[in-house]
Amino acid sequence: MKCQEILEKLSEYIDKEVDPSLCDEIERHIEDCEPCVAFINTLRRTVELFGGVKHVTPEIPPDVSDKLNAFLKEKIIRNP
Amino acid sequence: MAGAQRSDKQTACHVSEKEKDEALIVRIKNGDYSAFEELVRKYQARVYSHGLKFLNSKEDAEDILQETFLQVHKSLDKFRGEAAFSTWLLKIATNNCLMRLRKRKKMIAVSIDKPIEFNGSKLTREIVDWSKNPSLQYSNDEIRMVLDNTIAKLPEDKRAVLILKDVEGYSNIEISQMMGMTVAAVKSRLHRARIFVRDELSVYFEGALEHTKTGSVK
Repeated sequence: MKCQEILEKLSEYIDKEVDPSLCDEIERHIEDCEPCVAFINTLRRTVELFGGVKHVTPEIPPDVSDKLNAFLKEKIIRNP
Repeated sequence: MAGAQRSDKQTACHVSEKEKDEALIVRIKNGDYSAFEELVRKYQARVYSHGLKFLNSKEDAEDILQETFLQVHKSLDKFRGEAAFSTWLLKIATNNCLMRLRKRKKMIAVSIDKPIEFNGSKLTREIVDWSKNPSLQYSNDEIRMVLDNTIAKLPEDKRAVLILKDVEGYSNIEISQMMGMTVAAVKSRLHRARIFVRDELSVYFEGALEHTKTGSVK
């Protein structure tokens, strides 16, 4: 496999969604292809960063929550 | 069914959350408004955060929050419990976010399909490996800003797929159902979105890091 073919499959490779034979081919290629290794490492790290987004999800500001409750009561109870 | 990453870790506790939601929904359908308030309390932060990531605007995220829960209340009769309530809720929130994006008059037009340079089929450019840089944490304000701004540049369909998959943890199949597209289309959009974000991070890091220059290409 050439770099171009590898790069097209990298997301699936990172997600462990490629079939075993393709996985083997990719791993054989990257054994001696430093640019692809660097690309895979940085793409994988990018994906991992998004996992961090979830873990620092801020609490909802109290005023936003208060306004939501008032809005819903108005629409559902007072003016259904 | 919850997202793939979560379902890998599915436990009895997670199942009971689904059951708790279903019990609340039964009460809501019987006219118990306090049950609806409980459901709102449980999921409001998640929906607000979803809107913020999509729209990069507190005001818009607040509107999405209100629209989504009002729609949930109106449409609850249509919820059959085939998927988890949270999946159904996020689908409504996602659709509202997409509609809001389409209404925005001035979308930033960015091509995310900038080709990677090849010589024939080989990589020609040096690829800087910044993956082990210790500053690379979402808790780092600068990195968070780069990521948030990059997400905001993505076209709506790719933005949606990236958030649903890499942030929210839904499976490709669940996203295909939520977005009304094939699994292949989900994978294609996800790949292009990830490559774009990776490239934006590279631009940020290439000037700031000690480069780990790579050797000759194959």
